[in-house]
Amino acid sequence: MIDFDELSVQDLARHFGRRRALSHITFRCRAGSILGLLGPNGAGKSTLLAILATLLRPHAGTIHYGAFAVAGGSTGAVRGNSALRATIGMLGHDLYLYPELSARENLTFFAALHGASDPGGAADAALAHASLADRGDDSVGSFSRGMRQRVALERALIHGPRLLLLDEPFTGLDDRSVGALTARLHELRDEGRIVVLATHDLDLAEGLFDQAIFVRDGRLVETAERPQALRSLYQSVMTKGRT
Amino acid sequence: MSAFFRVAWLVLRKDLTVEMRSFEIVSTSLFFAVSCVLFFAVAFVQEGRALDGASAGILWIAIAFAGTLALGRTFERERQAETLRALLLAPADRPAIYVGKLAGIVALLAVTEVVLVPLIAYLFQAGFLARPLWMLAVLVSGTLGYCAVGTLFAAMLVRARSRDVLLPILLYPITIPVIIAGVRATAALIEPQPDLEIVRFWLSLLVAYDVVFVTLALWSFEPLMTD
Repeated sequence: MIDFDELSVQDLARHFGRRRALSHITFRCRAGSILGLLGPNGAGKSTLLAILATLLRPHAGTIHYGAFAVAGGSTGAVRGNSALRATIGMLGHDLYLYPELSARENLTFFAALHGASDPGGAADAALAHASLADRGDDSVGSFSRGMRQRVALERALIHGPRLLLLDEPFTGLDDRSVGALTARLHELRDEGRIVVLATHDLDLAEGLFDQAIFVRDGRLVETAERPQALRSLYQSVMTKGRT
Repeated sequence: MSAFFRVAWLVLRKDLTVEMRSFEIVSTSLFFAVSCVLFFAVAFVQEGRALDGASAGILWIAIAFAGTLALGRTFERERQAETLRALLLAPADRPAIYVGKLAGIVALLAVTEVVLVPLIAYLFQAGFLARPLWMLAVLVSGTLGYCAVGTLFAAMLVRARSRDVLLPILLYPITIPVIIAGVRATAALIEPQPDLEIVRFWLSLLVAYDVVFVTLALWSFEPLMTD
């Protein structure tokens, strides 16, 4: 059983063919914090999340999940990571849910896949957390975007991961759903999880991050602790060096 | 090892549940395969007499075409909401996911074959059901070999833009031995006096192909899906 209280990324690099997607990315974040991953489209945010999730292999650098290290450039980076994956939850831009199945069936399936001893009970608890206990037997395809997002977040959390990776979680949500998601993220931080969140919605993310890293063209251009006035900070960071 | 088969079973059960809700893959592949057989019947059955030896080839062509359709749709379903990523994030051996997907496609194709075999037997007066156990062995081993390669390729191509075109281009050349062995074994079986030595030879070739390609797929699935 792997557990950790710090995520540390050192000199990470990844390319696709001749295109460099990430280069010299270094940062660390501790348990009980939310890290914002900010940058324009194509900056490499989703690639970085995929690497942290073990869905992609880094070509160079090292990721330390506490004492467990994943080194780039070797096939060892992809083999034998199943215990590590038990500590990672991911919510992508797409929701990773089967629209033909009900919310309960989706959650039960993923709970069972993660080895839960009582998948049905875990699904019921997750539905209660998403305030969807009364809609649990409806197919996910019939849900609004906000409802699906809530189910998807609980799907990512169903195995109690230490590290939660979120890619554009505010997309398509109304104000109420954004409020609910923000409250849930604060709850997760208080529970001691590490949340890494990539977003373009700087206004919605205002005041949310304990730390933010700014990525442009696959390179880390700035790091900020407890960033305030996120939009103006983002604009100044992104124009720096361009002019 | 039990965790491996538990995950494979979960994936299989999920695929079958989704299919029972949508009835998408079975209906399209069945419609396609039956249409294919009917076109061949119009061409090859003249005045109530079928062309000698055509039925075995038609059976395996229909299985191959229906299988390609089923493989494409199964992974398209996983691509639409990126659920394949959620499967790959599970703390399980990733080859277990391959085994679950493979079993699901074999099961869906078996449904198509349950309709195809009697239909072709009737239209072409072919004795497919004269030796049912031998026929079953040929069908199972041939379908498994075809789907073992197809499942790996379909999973690999899930992010490729022209995956619908690439899948048959990659799949058909590699599965030629399966189709040839399946046709030869079936043709030998439906002879009035079948030479079981010949059937056994082609069947053992199919089993060898299954062993080689399932092993290769299990070995290569994780690194291929991670890159």
